[in-house]
Amino acid sequence: MNKIVSAEFLAADIKRFVIEAPKIAAKRKAGQFVIVRIDEKGERIPLTIADSNKEEGTITIIVQGIGKTTKEINNHVAGDSFLDVVGPLGKPSHIENFGTAISIGGGVGTAIAFPTAVALKEAGNYTIVINGARNKDLVLLEKEINLVADEAYITTDDGSYGYHGFVTQKLQELIDSGRKIDFVLAIGPIPMMRAVANTTRPYGIKTVVSLNPVMVDGTGMCGGCRATVDNKTVFVCVDGPEFDAHLVDFDLLTKRNRTYNKSEKEALDNHLCNLDKAFVEAVTTEPLHQ
Amino acid sequence: MPPLSKKERMNIPRQPMPEQAPLERNKNFLEVNLGLTEELARMEANRCLQCPKPVCIDGCPVGVQIRDFIKLVGEGDFLGAAAKIKEDNALPAVCGRVCPQEEQCEAKCVVGVKHDPVAIGRLERFVSDYEREHVGIRTPKVKPKTGKKVAVIGSGPAGLSCAGDLIQLGHDVTVFEALHEVGGVLIYGIPEFRLPKSIVKAEVDALKTLGVEFQTNAVIGFTDTIDELFENGYSAVFIAVGAGLPYFMNIPGENYNGVYSANEFLTRVNLMKAYKFPEYDTPVFDCKDKNVAVFGGGNTAMDAVRTAKRLGAKNAYIMYRRSEKEMPARLEEVHHAKQEGIEFIFLTNPLAFLGDENGWLHGVKLQKMELGEPDASGRRRPVPIPNSEYITDLDMAVVAIGNGSNPIIQKTTPDLSYNKWGNIIVNEESMKTSKKGVFAGGDIVSGGATVILAMGAGRTAAKAIDIFLTNTEIW
Repeated sequence: MNKIVSAEFLAADIKRFVIEAPKIAAKRKAGQFVIVRIDEKGERIPLTIADSNKEEGTITIIVQGIGKTTKEINNHVAGDSFLDVVGPLGKPSHIENFGTAISIGGGVGTAIAFPTAVALKEAGNYTIVINGARNKDLVLLEKEINLVADEAYITTDDGSYGYHGFVTQKLQELIDSGRKIDFVLAIGPIPMMRAVANTTRPYGIKTVVSLNPVMVDGTGMCGGCRATVDNKTVFVCVDGPEFDAHLVDFDLLTKRNRTYNKSEKEALDNHLCNLDKAFVEAVTTEPLHQ
Repeated sequence: MPPLSKKERMNIPRQPMPEQAPLERNKNFLEVNLGLTEELARMEANRCLQCPKPVCIDGCPVGVQIRDFIKLVGEGDFLGAAAKIKEDNALPAVCGRVCPQEEQCEAKCVVGVKHDPVAIGRLERFVSDYEREHVGIRTPKVKPKTGKKVAVIGSGPAGLSCAGDLIQLGHDVTVFEALHEVGGVLIYGIPEFRLPKSIVKAEVDALKTLGVEFQTNAVIGFTDTIDELFENGYSAVFIAVGAGLPYFMNIPGENYNGVYSANEFLTRVNLMKAYKFPEYDTPVFDCKDKNVAVFGGGNTAMDAVRTAKRLGAKNAYIMYRRSEKEMPARLEEVHHAKQEGIEFIFLTNPLAFLGDENGWLHGVKLQKMELGEPDASGRRRPVPIPNSEYITDLDMAVVAIGNGSNPIIQKTTPDLSYNKWGNIIVNEESMKTSKKGVFAGGDIVSGGATVILAMGAGRTAAKAIDIFLTNTEIW
């Protein structure tokens, strides 16, 4: 059991949890992940470790409620516990002083890319952060990023805040300005990571993405998280999760991530139905106050 | 009743195992074998000749005192028999179900020369079930505490048997398990219908009662390295992490949706209970009315195909590149699978998986094979028959061709010796590795094998660890 020390929504459906996990806190490095299971019947959900505090013995995870289980995770509040938290899993990010490094986060990926941006800065890189969101309400960690980054840009798809456009348009502008860019990290939805890879490819800029396939054990035992990188099959949990963006088969990753769409929708509908039922029951069985 | 003569004993036929009807059980996950009754068990025990030099024991990797426990069964002292087995075997209810007795103890049985051998496995299962159901699992005596601590990495059969022996010898034992449940392959791999999880849990609970500590969610290498275990006060380490890195066939289309490793398919169904989806959250491919093929001929392949059938598959095939004779699966599993309506397609090798534009599997290109000269394994090598390719519709495929070694220990413990397949190299008499204080056994040493061979390795290691803890100079 791992106790939740604090829990707060950063934006609609995106929640930040600080949880007790002293062993993981002592060991984890940027880029690694944990697997969380909330209860006996729960799925094993892989989540990147967004931050840690060795002294307090805590780690931070940021969860976007999409399916049944992630929505249930986000119903947890401070003082609750998760049944299982295992990690740190996967290979740490490869961090060195590349020169000028750009860390790009899209959606909840902003929060996941943040610790690596910190590590890049600490390694001596001139660190630029591009933080993409659909709209102003979904912008994450603006304050934290401003404290770390040498330059920070916010892009919104609808122009409600910051630069109006996609992260790749901002990236292209930076490239076009003639500055020497040595390294790009991109974490976010697959279309965004693919677009970043396509943007940097013609310039030969080293680009790394963090993949998010379906996993079960997270230790190499099941092979469910396999992806194709450089025309070879890899197990993302033990060979990754970070890979050279220019070699990843994003098409395959997209298709494989849809394997359980139908089941997930069924589970979610079921879950929401039960919630509705519970709500109706609660309302109708409540004694009337006079 | 006067004691039976040898001839009378030999004339008793081998007692049948009561089992669920095939066409009923292939729709549920309840255990196939129902277990002997007391009468059947005593009758079967009376078939044992009580040989002065029982050779059956030579066939048992953990050395169960087979003759003596069977004598007690014949006398109706079932609890005495259970205690006798437990002197040598920490998991008798498990072994009575999943050991390949026909290749081990029962292959050596003298009765088996002219008749069917004594059903040793069924008797082992009967007495351990009898004990658990009537008085609960009783635990053997433990020697006085030595104050030494041993870390066991992995809670599968090798780790559990080693832990069981070490705790009885008076050492403190902590078993580290990467998953959220204890039992390794007994939990994630072997299906409920062959080994109910409640039985694994009961045998694990007995080890807990003896004082074995279990830490789940502990991925040694990441959570703690082996060197850190020593720093944390452990005097010896036994690595029993299993094989655990599934092989694929490296043919086109293997990453289509609907193609699974046996490990993933079985883990989803067994450990995560996907057969109860959506009550449990983890899904698995919906096999209902679908065509499913499992590639491979071992016990894992049988487990996977019988699971698919139970999930509602219209056609569930085993596709194996050699002939029936070369299949490594236990005869009982093959027999049960056939009864349940599994179709076997021998001498057939997949060349490519075929899929649609959304990445979903819809077929497989196969090639017919014939047997050529024997290969390194001694089995006749399958050779492709030219121009014999054909295509079959397929909605789900399971690749069950074995496992390589998991890389986590190797990556984080470079100062151990490994062979080219990543298996840990040990001295087979003591299971000691190239690193002082570190022992290893089970599939991570041998490559994919059986539950009981892994348990045998665990016992061998426990003996050597006990010696090492009193005399560390043996390295």
